[in-house]
Amino acid sequence: MSQSSCKTIKTTCAYCGVGCGIEASVNETERQVLINGDDNHPANFGRLCSKGSSLGETIDVSSRLLTPYIGQQATDWNTALDAVASTFSQIIAEHGPDSVAIYGSGQLLTEDYYVANKLMKGFIGSANIDTNSRLCMSSAVSGHKRAFGTDTVPNCYDDLELADLVVITGSNMAWCHPISYQRIRAAKAKNPNMRVVVIDPRRTATCDIADLHLPLAGGSDVVLFNGLLNHLVNGQYLQQEYIDNHTQGFAEAVAAAQQDAGDLAEVALRTRLSERDLVTFYNWFAETDKVVTAYSQGVKQSSSGVDKVNSILNCHLATGRIGKPGAGPLSMTGQPNAMGGREVGGLATTLAAHMEFNIDGDTDRVARFWNAANMATKPGLPAVELFEAIAAGKIKAVWIMATNPVVSLPNADQVKAALQQCPFVVVSDCVANTDTLELAHIKLPAQGWSEKDGIVTNSERRLSHQRALLPPAGEAKPDWWIISQVGQRLGFKDAFNYQHQVEIFREHAALSGFENSSEQRLRDFDISAFANISQQQYEDFEPIQWPVNQQYPNGKERFFADGQFYTPNRKANFIALTGRAPGNLPDQEYPLVLNTGRLRDQWHTMTRSALAPRLNQHRPEPFVEVNPQDAAKYGLKDGHIAHLQSRWGQMYARVNVSESQVAGDVFVPMHWTEQYASKGRMGAVVNPVVDPVSGQPESKHTPIRIAPYQAEWHGFVLSRQPLPDAGIDYQVKVNCQGYLRYELAGYDQSSLSIDWVKQWLSQVYPALSWQYLDDAKLGLLRVAGYQGNSLMFVLCIATTPDIRMLPERNFLSSLFAKSQLQPDERLALLSGLPTAGAEDTGAQVCACFNVGEKTIRKAIRENGLTSYQEVGKCCKAGTNCGSCVPEIKTILASMVETQPA
Amino acid sequence: MTREKLVVIGNGMAGMKAVEELLSACPERYEITVFGAEPYGNYNRIMLSPVLCGEKTIDEIMINDRQWYQDNDIVLHAGPDKQITEIDRRRRKVISRDGTEARYDKLLVATGSKPFIIPLPGHQLDGVIAFRDIFDVNTMLSYAVTRRHAVVLGGGLLGLEAANGLKQQGMEVTVVHNCSTLLNRQLDANAAELLRAEFEARGIGFMMEADTKELIADDSGHVAAVKFGDGTELPCDLFVMAVGVKPNFDLAKSAGIHCERGIVVNDTLQTFDPSIYAVGECVQHRGMTFGMVAPVFEQAKVCANHLSGHGVAEYKTLPNATKLKVTGINLFSVGDFNGDSDCDVLEFHDPELNVYKRLVLRADRVIGAVLYGDTLDGSWYQTLMESEQDVSAIRSVLLFGQRYADKFVEDVIPAALQEVA
Repeated sequence: MSQSSCKTIKTTCAYCGVGCGIEASVNETERQVLINGDDNHPANFGRLCSKGSSLGETIDVSSRLLTPYIGQQATDWNTALDAVASTFSQIIAEHGPDSVAIYGSGQLLTEDYYVANKLMKGFIGSANIDTNSRLCMSSAVSGHKRAFGTDTVPNCYDDLELADLVVITGSNMAWCHPISYQRIRAAKAKNPNMRVVVIDPRRTATCDIADLHLPLAGGSDVVLFNGLLNHLVNGQYLQQEYIDNHTQGFAEAVAAAQQDAGDLAEVALRTRLSERDLVTFYNWFAETDKVVTAYSQGVKQSSSGVDKVNSILNCHLATGRIGKPGAGPLSMTGQPNAMGGREVGGLATTLAAHMEFNIDGDTDRVARFWNAANMATKPGLPAVELFEAIAAGKIKAVWIMATNPVVSLPNADQVKAALQQCPFVVVSDCVANTDTLELAHIKLPAQGWSEKDGIVTNSERRLSHQRALLPPAGEAKPDWWIISQVGQRLGFKDAFNYQHQVEIFREHAALSGFENSSEQRLRDFDISAFANISQQQYEDFEPIQWPVNQQYPNGKERFFADGQFYTPNRKANFIALTGRAPGNLPDQEYPLVLNTGRLRDQWHTMTRSALAPRLNQHRPEPFVEVNPQDAAKYGLKDGHIAHLQSRWGQMYARVNVSESQVAGDVFVPMHWTEQYASKGRMGAVVNPVVDPVSGQPESKHTPIRIAPYQAEWHGFVLSRQPLPDAGIDYQVKVNCQGYLRYELAGYDQSSLSIDWVKQWLSQVYPALSWQYLDDAKLGLLRVAGYQGNSLMFVLCIATTPDIRMLPERNFLSSLFAKSQLQPDERLALLSGLPTAGAEDTGAQVCACFNVGEKTIRKAIRENGLTSYQEVGKCCKAGTNCGSCVPEIKTILASMVETQPA
Repeated sequence: MTREKLVVIGNGMAGMKAVEELLSACPERYEITVFGAEPYGNYNRIMLSPVLCGEKTIDEIMINDRQWYQDNDIVLHAGPDKQITEIDRRRRKVISRDGTEARYDKLLVATGSKPFIIPLPGHQLDGVIAFRDIFDVNTMLSYAVTRRHAVVLGGGLLGLEAANGLKQQGMEVTVVHNCSTLLNRQLDANAAELLRAEFEARGIGFMMEADTKELIADDSGHVAAVKFGDGTELPCDLFVMAVGVKPNFDLAKSAGIHCERGIVVNDTLQTFDPSIYAVGECVQHRGMTFGMVAPVFEQAKVCANHLSGHGVAEYKTLPNATKLKVTGINLFSVGDFNGDSDCDVLEFHDPELNVYKRLVLRADRVIGAVLYGDTLDGSWYQTLMESEQDVSAIRSVLLFGQRYADKFVEDVIPAALQEVA
């Protein structure tokens, strides 16, 4: 990059709710962006994880939706917007406002979200606007509201470092919120008194820093924390003054907890934990003043998610450990702007600016502020119900923005069927191909990260400015613009006459302060200080934690240490809780419990993260992690393919036998879609059970059965060009540097012929010279295609995935970096073995610096390294995001074992 | 001490190889006399093709010139007149056409083979020749100077070498073959196609599955055209019959030595007459006859072992490999390259690089190989075949040759076993 054309822009990461700051060096002419952590951003202080570091690799326009489409026909904005508005108008006129819906996303910026919510609730007149945040943190919203009277995150990230005990529950923070995790790791290294407890059915990478790991039975969290509350009561660890002055319902909560979890032995039985571990945890919690409980989807994605949240909050309220430095509960959100969505009221069950349908005067207040033409007066349908209503024909038009519900919602095959028969589906997205876009009648190209510009809020209530780095791809527009244009066309010209997103932000800020006082209606969310922000101030916006108003012009780190809550009497509510079993329990037919979650290097449905080749190396395929006992019981072999079946659907995944999984539980990652895996959508399997209060689905607990997929053959293709669907059972696509990798498996033996391969690949490569190896009896087939001396693809198929029959991919992959192959390389290619001189670095461990396992092992061996820090010094692995440190440690441990004494 | 008399009939590669072996094993034992029908020392018949191509001279293909015979105290009778016409087993002597006689204590018959001549109408015309010896090569070279159209009958090794040589010498050459695949005794159809394409690219024409009816003469009794069953004709100034050879055992047979399709020998290369041995293309061993150099040399070694009195070696017929002597074409074939329904066939194709490899396995052992374009590992496959080694462990890389198999055994197999454990 030449210096002259470079400019440096501060922005925020596109991925998780940690909300890290980024300093981007942008070369507009080359459309290149170099990503560095922003040293001054309080979320990350310069660090970035593997995903964030790779954002520069995701901005290529080749996968983007570049122009509006009506059906398969590209069109201009005017035509598309007219079509959206006129069809919505017509359906609303015929069937009423509740016959239409918007399904949004925590990927939307605050301004986008605000306008969508305003259009739906204030002008169309229905609250049928929900979002994928429903799947992610609505149980935290409901839990907060029940306890605090409002949806407030009481603490902040600094508390993770100030605590002497960090309880990480229902979170693989090491992978899902890596930078927060790294902060804890660093703090623990400095503070010898600091302890970490990880509560998770799985032994995840997060356990690497755990002093205690509690592999509780899925869904038993309420029992665990009710037991803790009992322990706190019995051992007189309570903060009685705080309880007396600032809370209500304590006696009922304690009574319920005693009823539910009074007997330690029973708690042990129900949580599947040992009494010793329970007592250790309870004592640590009781005796440590500075406790932070950080919780995430393992708590929230549950049919008792809200209760789980409140069971945690109960314990913090009972000890007065809330909103204090180093003490309090901290909900870790999944998405970059899930919090912003909560602030604008982007959920069907809330209004705007933390106002509520069920609080007198709020609806009227919002309506007056908006000068609303048709104010919705009751909550709309939350996500799962919303798609059920589409399936039932009650909702006839839906507009989906920046999300992929065909993949991410539970019972996803039903969601797909619902959209297939929905009369009108509009999808706004930045990419051209998603499983959901395939079902759209109208596709609208939205700006993606690096182009769009607006405010986001992270998990600690910190507003940051996500800035545009590059001009938009093609005809892509900001979501707020698209929504406003439709709003205007629906006849609401004045209400949606925005020229710049700052105008929306001002309005949002003004609404947050509108009649917000103890005399009128006191709300926690108040950023009225920005109601008159100038455009320049907006451009220069520095990260700040809300509230930002007259009282707190520089923001506020923590809430509730003063005991002032947002219930009518300003007291917090204890909630009386009884542990409930998950909605569906395993039985003889479906004996295993399926847990789902994120991976270290992928994001959601992979539309962006999978564009960065190095992020696809860590876990390239959908897999199912099973305990060795279960593997033996169900005849599963490591590296082979398994078929997972629930009452709702099925999927295929590669088996990963691992002690980190408790027997009886299996885990699959949430990310794969039909764009990347022919039959790897976990959403199809997940049960559509939701929490009765929050409506959040129970994505962590679905009874399933598992069986080996009796593949007749396994294999892979490495190809420079994308390949069409081969119509086989298992076809997984992995974007790599300069080529794509397809993992294949099939049942049909006829696929083992060169003719079949030619028929399939000739569609993409009509004129290549072919090279092939055929051992029909053994079922071994290897084919390569060349243009001149350039390798265009190589395919390897065998009847077993054993590396003796199916070569390792690494060496063959390396050949795509060469524009030409020498004749000897070409002749030896299908052996899958390097010609003399080529070095094989092994499977990738460190995604940040692309360091392979063999390189690390070599460094350890040759230099006698004994710690991951030394490994880092030696070959850089693990020195950036640190996510691979557990793996480096595993490698170190394995080498110690095998070294002679 | 008086030396025993050894007479060798045939100054070709097999006979002289036996003599060489004998000289090194027991230089003093025999007084050796050699009769040869060609007027040269001992030359490498395999190299006649390069001579025809102009890549080698006759001097360069000489194995042993006349000086060598003198140096080793061997009497050489060479030339058409010195062709042996009679073996007198009772008197233990041989008699040549010009009456030269030689007595023997041991006789080694190495009369080789003679070209097979199809008795087509016109096969005796001028300009119809075989491709067997230096005389034939010289004939072809002289035709190439003055004539234009050559037709080679036979798409076997010899025919293709002749065609290539004649093309190199500037003639327009058509190969006429009665079968659909070239080298059908050495190659499968895939390899044969590659080979044909390669020859066509060099400008050589082919008429496959051709039914050759007769040769038509010009006014002077010289061949002028070839006529086929479908009535078509091909202009022809030189007609080379290269349709195979047959063991030359007429002499032995007339001497009452037991012959079938060749001179029948036992595992020591001894004929039915204990004082007479035979080696080379003239023999029949355990029902087989021979046309390749490797088994012939092996026979010579075993025979010399017995003639020298050591008497321990036994000849075993081993699969023999074929290599085509055409510059720029690498071709290797060994064993049973077709296989049957019990066999596994492994193939590698790279048409653009003109590489094709085919291995035939039975019960995890290599029993045949065809290599085209990349013959580097031919001898390794042959070794695997002869040693009957179980190749199942390295089967996935077998086609890439020994270097890759070694690498596989060193790196991949231990890793795979570790993975399983």
